[in-house]
Amino acid sequence: MIPELGHFALALACILAVAQSVLPIVGAHRRDLRWMATAGPLAAGQLVSVAVAFGCLLWAFAVNDTTVSNVVQNSHSAKPMIYKLSGAWGNHEGSMVLWVLILALCGAAVAGFGRDLPSALKARVIGVLGWVGVGFLLFIILTSNPFDRIWPPPPDGQGLNPVLQDIGLALHPPMLYLGYVGYAVTFAFAVAALLEGRVDAAWGRWVRPWSLMAWSFLTLGIALGSWWAYYELGWGGYWFWDPVENASLLPWLVGAALLHSAIVVEKRDALKIWTVLLAIMAFAMSLLGTFLVRSGVLNSVHAFANDPTRGVFILALLMIYVAGAFAIFAWRAHKLAPTGIFAPISREGALVLNNLLLCSIAAVVLAGTLWPMFADILTGAKISVGPPFFNTATAPLAIPLVLAMPIGAMLPWKRGDVWAALQRLWWAACAALAIGFFYLAAMGYPVWPAIGMALAAWLVVGASADVADRIALFRRPHQAWQRARGLPRAAWGAAIAHAGMGVTIAGVAGMGIATDTLIALKPGESTRLAGYEWRLDSLTDATGPNYTARRATVTISRDSAVVTVLEPERRTFTVDRQTTTEAAIHTNAMRDLYAVLGEERDGAGVLRLHHNPLAPWIWFGSIIMALGAGLSLSDRRMRVSAPAPKGAAAPA
Amino acid sequence: MPAARRLRGHAVTHKKKRRLMVLLLAGLGLGTATALTLTAFQDNIVFFFSPSDVLANKPSADRAFRLGGLVEAGSVERRTGSDGRPAATFRVTDGAQAISVTYSGVLPDLFREGQGVVTLGRLLPDGTFRASEVLARHDETYMPPEVADALRRAGHWNPADGAAPPAETWNTAPRPGRSGG
Repeated sequence: MIPELGHFALALACILAVAQSVLPIVGAHRRDLRWMATAGPLAAGQLVSVAVAFGCLLWAFAVNDTTVSNVVQNSHSAKPMIYKLSGAWGNHEGSMVLWVLILALCGAAVAGFGRDLPSALKARVIGVLGWVGVGFLLFIILTSNPFDRIWPPPPDGQGLNPVLQDIGLALHPPMLYLGYVGYAVTFAFAVAALLEGRVDAAWGRWVRPWSLMAWSFLTLGIALGSWWAYYELGWGGYWFWDPVENASLLPWLVGAALLHSAIVVEKRDALKIWTVLLAIMAFAMSLLGTFLVRSGVLNSVHAFANDPTRGVFILALLMIYVAGAFAIFAWRAHKLAPTGIFAPISREGALVLNNLLLCSIAAVVLAGTLWPMFADILTGAKISVGPPFFNTATAPLAIPLVLAMPIGAMLPWKRGDVWAALQRLWWAACAALAIGFFYLAAMGYPVWPAIGMALAAWLVVGASADVADRIALFRRPHQAWQRARGLPRAAWGAAIAHAGMGVTIAGVAGMGIATDTLIALKPGESTRLAGYEWRLDSLTDATGPNYTARRATVTISRDSAVVTVLEPERRTFTVDRQTTTEAAIHTNAMRDLYAVLGEERDGAGVLRLHHNPLAPWIWFGSIIMALGAGLSLSDRRMRVSAPAPKGAAAPA
Repeated sequence: MPAARRLRGHAVTHKKKRRLMVLLLAGLGLGTATALTLTAFQDNIVFFFSPSDVLANKPSADRAFRLGGLVEAGSVERRTGSDGRPAATFRVTDGAQAISVTYSGVLPDLFREGQGVVTLGRLLPDGTFRASEVLARHDETYMPPEVADALRRAGHWNPADGAAPPAETWNTAPRPGRSGG
């Protein structure tokens, strides 16, 4: 009965979404306040229905209702409750319900928090979100019903893929979807503005928090995915340039561009058409990502739903939304006349450069990701494009981007002076060069990691220099505290996010000099790696709640003092007989010691041992980036209805 | 009036100049991205070949490629290499031809005889393939699409006929296309 209720709630949500996609938009067109006023209640109704459907799905997983085929395929009674619940969105059907739940939540949030929005714009935004909702609800109902029953019910389920039974992967989809779906909201704002024929500073002020929110969740989602791959898959790496990973990186890159160009719209009333285009592209990239992950057109190490009909459906949605938005864009964009004028060397100019580089990187990643598919269609050749391509092609674009970041942040609006900015950054440049050369000399001349370290120092010290300059730390130290408190949170946020990027780059550079070894050891034998002695003490059997395991005990010591004892495992899950490797990691924030137990032969255990310098910084830096974006988001000025018209130039 | 017109004219040329500037910049960015993509493509695209492909046109030894097919039943031999690392030799077949593969390292958890596998490496002069990577998926029922395609091209199995026959029979089963059955 509960699954039928869930199915019914989904259908109801779909009908409400159809109404939501028509009534407010027609109302806004006819200036009919009563029709426009339906937007809020319809969005709320959609949220309630989808929430009920999601609740029913959770219930089915919680009680292990084996008459529901989705539960049978992805759950099992002998599984910890947390993974029973996360199993609800750890599969294609359930994750799509989570997707529309977040979408409905965003629609209701626009309705609820958008009191200051002009009513026509608000009605149109909610209406466009209704279009997106209709498409995805139809997708679920027609191709991926999570409530399908099977009869007779099997005694128990097949279990969730063991590598997915992990807290990192339980949290990864909700984070990622908050990002993806957040771009549905900026997309809705863009299309609504085109329908309206007007983009002004107030519009920029509304799009900016949504793009900040989407971007910070996407950052966390990508970081979680990468962290999960690092500790759970046991291959010792954090990024594979796999199509599925690129699918999440594309909206992140375009979203980062959007985040910056929306500032120009808000502060300077310029770059409007470009920002609208970016908002459409960011959502297009989210949809493209969804398509790539779920259609199985691309060969990826991450298996998901490989179902052509679903792929075609999402491709159709992608076409309809993106082509539709572009048609509206072509028809209406001329209405958005540019007003702000600025010199090439200015904050705006720097943000244009930032946009250009971010979009170029996105274009390169997109080309590399899609090329195998096109090559197959055009020539029949089976090819793959791997990490060497992406590293070679993106580095020449990423380096200028990073070099420009602190300089751009220091330039004033309208007209700037690069020389003056550089003068205030000279000690950041000194620090970068010093660290780069030190690294080069100390670590045995690894060129790329040294460049990475120098860039990281440039970003972190540059961001500190920016803040120090703004609060006049060295010119009037006695007032600095007061000035620091008065500095807008958005300025703090930008500096923190840029510094976070630096921390992540430092982590990547550290991983550039990581070392590893593969060795077969008998208990009692030991090996050396990176100045540590790794001794295999024993190989024992262990049991967990739903698996049995073989466990290696590895004692790591340095200068005959024990550093830590690692216990990597090979687990065999009782239900589906799958084997997984469980890496053991010891971190002290400056480096990870990482051990994986491989197969076992003649009493010897095969061990893969890694020494990963600065590895945790990769994810720590991402968290700092997301926090910076979040701090920006909490800026009081973002919630004030509309900015005062700017007559004079902003103070430098 | 003339002053106003002059001012307006000035603003228009300024606007045009700026637009030209933006277009030039965008062109430059796009051009750079395209150039980078094409150069990187030239060196870094990895082709996939089935054993039949490899024997038909021997790829040169300086170019890495991906070799895929099924792990021939009974061909897997695990040993410890001279450097103390675990190593393995096995044969990869597409039902028509087979190639010997040597690999130094730990085989993935789901590596089994008779299952689909993709390996990355180079062809040695003696005709064996030295793999630097062996990929198997985290899913036992999964068949890499290239492998499925290679098997189909070898005339051994058409995915349109339904599920693949049991993997253990691959080495000995008659080919439907040739036996007429």
